[in-house]
Amino acid sequence: MNRIDKVFAELKERGEAALIPYLTAGFPNLEATLPLLRALVRGGADVIELGVPFSDPVADGPTIQRSSSEALAAGTTFPKILEIVKQFRAESETPIVLFGAYNPFFHYGMEKAARDAATVGVDAFLIPDLPADEGTEAEPAIREAGLYLIYLIAPTTPPDRVKFICSRGSGFLYYISVKGVTGARTSVSLELEKPLAQVHAATKLPVAVGFGIGTPEQAAQVGRLAEGVVVGSALVDLVGKNRDAADRDQKVEEYIRSMKAPLKPLTV
Amino acid sequence: MQATETYRTTVPDARGHFGIFGGRYVPETLMPVLIELEKQYYSVKDDPEFQKELRYYLRDYVGRPTPLFLAERLSRELGGNARIYLKREDLCHTGAHKINNTMGQALLAKRIGKPRVIAETGAGQHGVATATACALLDLQCEVYMGAEDIERQKLNVFRMELLGAKVISVTSGTSTLKDATNEAMRDWMARCDDTHYIIGSVVGPHPFPMIVRDFQAVIGDETKEQILEREGRLPDAIVACVGGGSNAMGIFYPFRADLETALYGVEAAGFGIHTTQHAATIGAGQVGVFHGAKSYVLQTDDGQITPAHSISAGLDYPGTGPEHSYYAATGRAQYVSITDDEALEGVKLLCRTEGIIPALESAHAVAQLVKLVPTMPKDSVVVMNLSGRGDKDVFSIAKGIGMNL
Repeated sequence: MNRIDKVFAELKERGEAALIPYLTAGFPNLEATLPLLRALVRGGADVIELGVPFSDPVADGPTIQRSSSEALAAGTTFPKILEIVKQFRAESETPIVLFGAYNPFFHYGMEKAARDAATVGVDAFLIPDLPADEGTEAEPAIREAGLYLIYLIAPTTPPDRVKFICSRGSGFLYYISVKGVTGARTSVSLELEKPLAQVHAATKLPVAVGFGIGTPEQAAQVGRLAEGVVVGSALVDLVGKNRDAADRDQKVEEYIRSMKAPLKPLTV
Repeated sequence: MQATETYRTTVPDARGHFGIFGGRYVPETLMPVLIELEKQYYSVKDDPEFQKELRYYLRDYVGRPTPLFLAERLSRELGGNARIYLKREDLCHTGAHKINNTMGQALLAKRIGKPRVIAETGAGQHGVATATACALLDLQCEVYMGAEDIERQKLNVFRMELLGAKVISVTSGTSTLKDATNEAMRDWMARCDDTHYIIGSVVGPHPFPMIVRDFQAVIGDETKEQILEREGRLPDAIVACVGGGSNAMGIFYPFRADLETALYGVEAAGFGIHTTQHAATIGAGQVGVFHGAKSYVLQTDDGQITPAHSISAGLDYPGTGPEHSYYAATGRAQYVSITDDEALEGVKLLCRTEGIIPALESAHAVAQLVKLVPTMPKDSVVVMNLSGRGDKDVFSIAKGIGMNL
């Protein structure tokens, strides 16, 4: 059983929504990534999206793009990221989703990328510039390796296309809460109810919501409507601001805990 | 270059693929927008009213048809084996072929009810052509330009502003054309409701390579008619420079099924194709996915995009149009490259023999004639696409030949 299925099944049992933090691998440097992954787990992360940096990201906002540039400047490569996952996997069962632009995987060879990723304990790929239409060329390799390919659904996606994407999805579906690029926003669209109902009607897979979620209040709102809540830019911001702080990992852990708390059912 | 493909004249397919190339490698947010744009384009493209309007502006505003000029002195200078014709795109309004595309796409934007237009620009030529069409058609225009390019191309920034466009400085990545393109795509993702993105070349996700090709194909359509009138036969070869490749695709496309006409795309070899300072995407790049399409791309061993170099800003791009990659992989066209120094010699040659200052981009095609024509049999006919005039480049040309203006 894929670790992702296991986690969502357990959370469902407990009536919890998943907290899914995004972290750019190699940011601010390669040495920081493993300790940061541990901090995410201690804070209560259920699934982790590990960003594979690309020189020319189109879907990312300024925060994540800057972190990617820095990670590349620090010498981050796909094989080095796999090495970090291998170390992480020796000590944790938290699912890892590799999140990154298609070209580095394509250039490495999608079959080899999927095989090598599976070997070190990766659970899924999320490739934002590989929509379901083009995904056919990567799906066999990823499936063959026993991994999932997570697809995105946008507010602009019309209903028949929602069905099409859901029919091709695996692991979970990722609903983009806002138009445009990634980045923390002050208000998360409250008009999520209808589109999420539409996605839920089209799939039995869990649905995670991301783009622009940064506060526990926002997490609480979204957690009531979806099986998972993704926090990206706000976390990368926090890491960036505390890059040299002695208590960086501690701060990250606390932040993750504060984001996870509202996703748990109230206990009396 | 390493892929091989079987050549078909009916590309792209329904999903925007040219063989293994092309496609739509974009975030889901853009997919519905691209699908919608494709639908709208198909409905407008064959509408006689739209075509009539476009023809009107191309004739009375852009100045089409552009002449096909027999360059007699250049032909003699290169040994007399071929009669060399120049397709004078440099005589278009704004000084280059770029306006063919921006005029068509601005009319398209108007038709599909998008009051706001965005564009990316490197040296500023496409930005100026977009600002021009938007001024004419009363569309709001914002142009993304790398901060570094803004510094290098102050005159064009001023031109765009004079034409009523807003120039937005891009400071991400390398602060050049590729980053301006990333930023324009991001803008479009957030504002696709009221905004049309006029991409500047036959690049990007489907349907852009097809739309830009179709609007530029007027170059090849006219050329075919003009050469048949002058020579009574098709040319033996067509030569055009390739960065993104819109002027080349524009003149190649109507000849795609005329296999007796050899097609030569000329890439920029910069300091040399074996250095790291060049823009020979097909000659030295590998298949990759960049700016929404699969095509040849300059990239590192880790699949990161590397900056290109050329003395000509218009060829200074690490990607190329997917249809060019397809022509290369199928052998329909041959792609060669010309260094900065050879291009500068090309400028001087055309100035001296024909009294025309070519754009540095087009000078790459001139330099290729110097290599090609002497190898051709007597009585050959060659057409070179003179894609733009060189007034914009006089400072770069002076610097390149060691003069200080």
